[in-house]
Amino acid sequence: MDRILTTSDRIERVLAWVAGLLWIAPLAYVFVRSVIVESPAGSRFGFDNLVNAWGAAPFGQYYLNTTLLVVGITLAQLVFGALAAYAFARFTFPFKNALFAFVLIQLMIFPEVFMSENYRTVAGFGLLDTITGIGLPYVASAFCIFFLRQAFMTVPNELVEAAQVEGSSRLGILWKVFLPAAKPSLIAYALVSVSTQWNNFLWPMIVATSDETRPITVGLVRFLAPETGMDFPKMAAGTVIVIGPLLAAFLIGQRGFINSFLRSGIK
Amino acid sequence: MTDAPAVVPPRSRWAWNPFRLARRLPDAGFAYFLLLPAFIFLALFTVKPLIGSLISSTQKRNGDGFTLGNYERLATDEVFLRALGNNLLFSLITVPVSLGLAMLLAVLLHQNVRGRGFLRAGVFAPAILPMVAVAVIWMYFYQPNIGVINSILGAIGLPTPDWLGDPSLVLPSLMVMMIWKEAGFFMLFYLAGLQGIDPELEEASRLEGTGKFRHFWKVSFPLLMPTTLFAAIVALSDSIKMVDFVFVMTQGGPDNASNLLLFYIYKVAFAQHWPQFAAAISLVVVAVLVALALIQIKLMDRKIHYR
Repeated sequence: MDRILTTSDRIERVLAWVAGLLWIAPLAYVFVRSVIVESPAGSRFGFDNLVNAWGAAPFGQYYLNTTLLVVGITLAQLVFGALAAYAFARFTFPFKNALFAFVLIQLMIFPEVFMSENYRTVAGFGLLDTITGIGLPYVASAFCIFFLRQAFMTVPNELVEAAQVEGSSRLGILWKVFLPAAKPSLIAYALVSVSTQWNNFLWPMIVATSDETRPITVGLVRFLAPETGMDFPKMAAGTVIVIGPLLAAFLIGQRGFINSFLRSGIK
Repeated sequence: MTDAPAVVPPRSRWAWNPFRLARRLPDAGFAYFLLLPAFIFLALFTVKPLIGSLISSTQKRNGDGFTLGNYERLATDEVFLRALGNNLLFSLITVPVSLGLAMLLAVLLHQNVRGRGFLRAGVFAPAILPMVAVAVIWMYFYQPNIGVINSILGAIGLPTPDWLGDPSLVLPSLMVMMIWKEAGFFMLFYLAGLQGIDPELEEASRLEGTGKFRHFWKVSFPLLMPTTLFAAIVALSDSIKMVDFVFVMTQGGPDNASNLLLFYIYKVAFAQHWPQFAAAISLVVVAVLVALALIQIKLMDRKIHYR
């Protein structure tokens, strides 16, 4: 833009910075706080809080648990979602509309709302306090099916016909035509799913009862809970250990992340 | 599709390999085969518990005998009514304020301001953080004695209330936190919406001498309406679902002033060990969620059928 800035342009720019800094301030504060070491001799800069916090709880194990959980759920959602979406986007079959309505009606329902019944189901499978038990209620996502179906609907018929001429099977067409064509949507959904599941707390808290299965969110709350009273440096350090890598990953990939959100049509 | 194979493959002992089987199915059968895995799990964790809740909610607490007492209790249980009222208030305030701020932030960060990428990332960052981590961060701010907000207020001689300990302040305090987390997320929706608006419209307004505010109100705002409607549904569902902060910050207190529906379901089911009553509350929440889904489907109707 090379037109002359008017007063209102300037005001908007100032406002943009004020708003941006206001949003960033709380996060910046926590990071600063986590590297201030308080001692009788005064405050100084140092990583003592972070080192102490890291040693006080099995954060490495929590990270591993969260990673396994998130990767497992996201892969399962994409596989099951792509198969179901392919059925809805490509074939006609009896009760198709009724079955699609069944999916749509669940767009808003999340497994936690039935936490009591689902707890019973997972307990019945003997999967309490396992990572599988934490992830199982999420492996099929109505939103994923809907979202991928929308993406598959835009695949041009000519591509499908060309693959048929080459003698591809129906699953082959899904693999060679639909999935590559819907790649941006698959990536966008994977990002949404990863960030949602990474942050999940309530259901994992109910199911996980040992450090071998607790994801990072539950671990953080547990790390902070037993203390009586507020230990600010400890809280800051624990929080930074949990959000630091997440923010770093986001900032490194933020351009792609935001763009894939913007393009994905999750709007 | 007409892909009748010229040669019928001979039956082999591999006939029950699911992929072999799938190849020979007619299209309709093949479609069901594709739907099967997803539908098994959807049924297991939404249909099964739905039916289970319907049955359980009509059982007495000791587990034997039919009763409608759990539903009657919904009308009189003070904690439930409080949680319902709190949740309504929480939703009805956080949703419009989050969306309004999101729209403002999107308009500000849509322009070509220096450092735009940095500011966008900064505003969006709270959205990717776990709610429990956000809750911990805001506890610093709200602590009555050593918290950040009261340190500032105290330094300039203003009263220093107990933000999370005062029944009349706790819910508004939690709302501010929720808005901080949600606004950046919905800003992204609006940025996408603004990108979809023809830039010539803004140029036209500028040439005509229409003010920026008037342009926004008369042109951008109506064009963003579909985004707003969709975002409102997502935000509403978040305001029921994303209540992890209650577990971390207040445990529903003081005096149930911050008790919200999902937290209360948890308390009834796992602290009071009363799954029958928890099931009745779950069904009320599900009814609301299904209503939201129906509205959302209506809104997306065009997108679903004509895209």
